[in-house]
Amino acid sequence: MYFQFGVPLALTVIGIGFLAAMFGLQKILAPQNPYERKLIPYECGEPPTGRAWINFNVRFYLIALIFVVFEVEVAFVYPVAAAYLDWVKRGQRLYVMSEVLIFLSILFVGLIYVWVKHDLEWVKNVPE
Amino acid sequence: MPLLNTLPDYVLTTKTDELINWMRKSSIWYMLFGLACCAIELMHTGGPRADLDRFGAAPRASARQSDLMIVAGTLTLKMALRTRLLFDQMPDPKYAISMGSCASCGGLFQLAYSVCDGVDKILPVDVYVPGCPPRPEALTEGLLKLQEKMMTERWLSKEPGNGSVAA
Amino acid sequence: MARWPPDARVDALSIYAKAADRFAGKVLEVSDAKLDPWMVVEPAAIVEVCGFLKDDPATAMDCLSNQSGVDYRDRIEVVYHLFSYRHRHSAILKVKLPRDNPSVPTLEELWKSANWMEREIFDLLGVNFEHHSDLRRLLMPEDWPGYPLRKDFVEPLEYHGISTTRESPIIRLDAKKK
Repeated sequence: MYFQFGVPLALTVIGIGFLAAMFGLQKILAPQNPYERKLIPYECGEPPTGRAWINFNVRFYLIALIFVVFEVEVAFVYPVAAAYLDWVKRGQRLYVMSEVLIFLSILFVGLIYVWVKHDLEWVKNVPE
Repeated sequence: MPLLNTLPDYVLTTKTDELINWMRKSSIWYMLFGLACCAIELMHTGGPRADLDRFGAAPRASARQSDLMIVAGTLTLKMALRTRLLFDQMPDPKYAISMGSCASCGGLFQLAYSVCDGVDKILPVDVYVPGCPPRPEALTEGLLKLQEKMMTERWLSKEPGNGSVAA
Repeated sequence: MARWPPDARVDALSIYAKAADRFAGKVLEVSDAKLDPWMVVEPAAIVEVCGFLKDDPATAMDCLSNQSGVDYRDRIEVVYHLFSYRHRHSAILKVKLPRDNPSVPTLEELWKSANWMEREIFDLLGVNFEHHSDLRRLLMPEDWPGYPLRKDFVEPLEYHGISTTRESPIIRLDAKKK
């Protein structure tokens, strides 16, 4: 009855199985020889100085945040686009389109806000 | 928990050895460690005419992603300490080719005050490729000799490996 | 504009004469070599003389093209090659220093290129440059003992556990032949 999920299930099993086989073979076959000089952080041959954890700029977080929000929006729109023809056959084209447009416009307001606040620019050119 | 330490002494592997050694020799990723003029010939050997990639050998810039260190060029004492650290940071199983006469014995600069006479003073070398600089064909033969050496290795040997060599 | 060696020599000698006039006791000697004559200056006055050569519009030495050290058996010399892009003439200055504790003021404030060149001379010959902003070894490792380009330099037998000599099988074979 749920036969349409057979193919994704096969893909999942093969994917996980492939990875498990690779890692498993590595655990069995590979030589493990950890010693102290091998495990220190790699710094192109120089003895490492300073900490490996450094402060990084908050703009990376901002870009990631904006990306996630709009990615989720796109993920919601994809199924609508995929099933759109079914809706058209049922004659509810206008209803679906207006729902999607309302959803997109709410998020569009967010995009306008981010744009105005100069968060889309890597180097903020805020007039003094 | 690798099988190396758990199988008892009387277990022999033959076809497994062949398979593992064949897998290792067909995909030797070498670290670009060109120090001086031999580096130019190393680049030529990786180039289109004398191709190292047809043996599965791909160049890597980082020690962490390579199996083979081709020391190409004169090793100074200042660089020798860093070379040893880089060799230590390569994952096992690792190999080293000493390319050119400067890396094998100090070469032309053996009597200089700042030159380390040969890279085998600091790390265990598997294949020496003589020449000044060795032609790409010579380095390719060195790689093939290394492949022959890799085919004679045994997977279940109890040697401690390179970790016990003091810096 | 000096392009031919005789012209260059005449230009250089006139520069030295001008400097010798201005700094009477400080310019110790002006050579009369056929090619590339030089001027020997007292070490303490080198900054003054070079400053004059740089600022005076007739000489206008805006480039320290080379600075090197020489180890003679009884003294160490530091040689400065100055060049003027405006007038295209060059001058050579020398400073003679004693072998133990050689020390001369730095020319870093006048020409920035002196920074690394003086570091190299310090590294390889051991000349101390007073008031240098960052006098440390340039080419040799930081913990290298001694100054390699001195005539009395003895190579250390090992460095961090690496021995600096290598036995040569060829020499041994020759010895067996004899």
